[in-house]
Amino acid sequence: MAKITFKDYQGNSRTIEVDNRLTVMEGAVQNEIPGIDADCGGSMACATCHVYVEESWFNKMPKAEDGEVDMIDMAFEPKKNSRLSCQITITDDLDGLVVTTPEKQS
Amino acid sequence: MIKTDVVIIGAGPVGLFAVHQLGIKGLKAVVIDNLDKAGGQCIELYPDKPIYDIPAVPECTGKELTDRLLEQIKPFKTTLYLNERVEEVKSENGNWFVKTNNGNEFSTPNIIIAGGVGSFEPRKLALKNIEKFEGKSIFYAVKNKEEFKNKNICIFGGGDSALDWTLELSKFSNITLIHRRDEFRGAQHTLDAIKKLEGQGKISIKTPFQLEKIEGDDEVKSITIKDDNGKTEKIKTDIILSFFGLVMKLGPIAEWGLNMDKKTISVNPNNFETSKKGIFAAGDICNYEGKLKLILSGFHEVALASVECFKRARPNEKYRFEFTTSSKTIQDRLGKK
Repeated sequence: MAKITFKDYQGNSRTIEVDNRLTVMEGAVQNEIPGIDADCGGSMACATCHVYVEESWFNKMPKAEDGEVDMIDMAFEPKKNSRLSCQITITDDLDGLVVTTPEKQS
Repeated sequence: MIKTDVVIIGAGPVGLFAVHQLGIKGLKAVVIDNLDKAGGQCIELYPDKPIYDIPAVPECTGKELTDRLLEQIKPFKTTLYLNERVEEVKSENGNWFVKTNNGNEFSTPNIIIAGGVGSFEPRKLALKNIEKFEGKSIFYAVKNKEEFKNKNICIFGGGDSALDWTLELSKFSNITLIHRRDEFRGAQHTLDAIKKLEGQGKISIKTPFQLEKIEGDDEVKSITIKDDNGKTEKIKTDIILSFFGLVMKLGPIAEWGLNMDKKTISVNPNNFETSKKGIFAAGDICNYEGKLKLILSGFHEVALASVECFKRARPNEKYRFEFTTSSKTIQDRLGKK
């Protein structure tokens, strides 16, 4: 289980608890976090669960695979710390993770 | 006006299998899809990715699944209206009137919405006031190459479309290829050709850059691009080509007065009817308690919806449940002796 904080582009923030083995995207959808669309349901086929991961966390996580980086090319305003939240799997190590949702998803 | 027993919206796997389930019951259907080919997400998002959970098919790609479904519905000689989007659905004399953006009109007792997450549309550039340039200086596809001759063209994107059009248009125009990171994703021979052109000074490649600003009143005059460190560069530009893939948009479906739950349509899981009689929803777009977004769930959903469609299209006939293994009538419809 990990506490995950979602900030939106205006600075509003919400913290939820997500069980291990779920993804950050699934946690967001189940808790109705606005700003995560997840149109394709987590099959890495769209880029509508795009988040910016706080730098300190970004470097600690396993790196994105090629398919994810290709998909991030398609995201709205990608940055260096962009990830698809459907590809971040929760473990105890991610307790305290902070991500920011973009202004929009597409 | 075309009369049909069922209008199916969406030519993905679920829409295609609906043709089969309706066809073996003797019902005629038409299929309408915004893409230029059948297959939906299977063909647009993962044509080469293997799928492992189609019953009795241990492994097949999105393309193979689509091809097999098209083969399976061949006996029914169904018309697919591709490159068309349903714009309007309204009630007319007890039937549904359906109109597409190409002006095709249908009258039908039944509509099955198998629209996935909506229709695919090109992902647009994310700058304010971009619309006024679209179709004049900004394009998301190349329809007629002639319009792109002898111009200063900036191409955005890092995938096959961006690379292929860079190669093609560089034959007669001045091309700058711009991508947000250094790596491009494409076939090796394409990447080699791009490198060679850059080496010869025939094209210019700018990475890692993103579009920052467009200068110009009615037409684009120049653009400013910016890298991760805030460094900017101005490029004289007549045309911007942007290849950032497709997005799924629910589109007009949201305006048809159906009960919705976020971006999905609420249905009765006994027959997959929506809040309106004769309008059904199946596949990823429908929502009921326990819904799973799996292709196999969609197959089940259209099988049940097709029974209700039969009752509405043939109110004076009694529906008889039959097996394909034993029914002469079904085998005739499938063209089997």
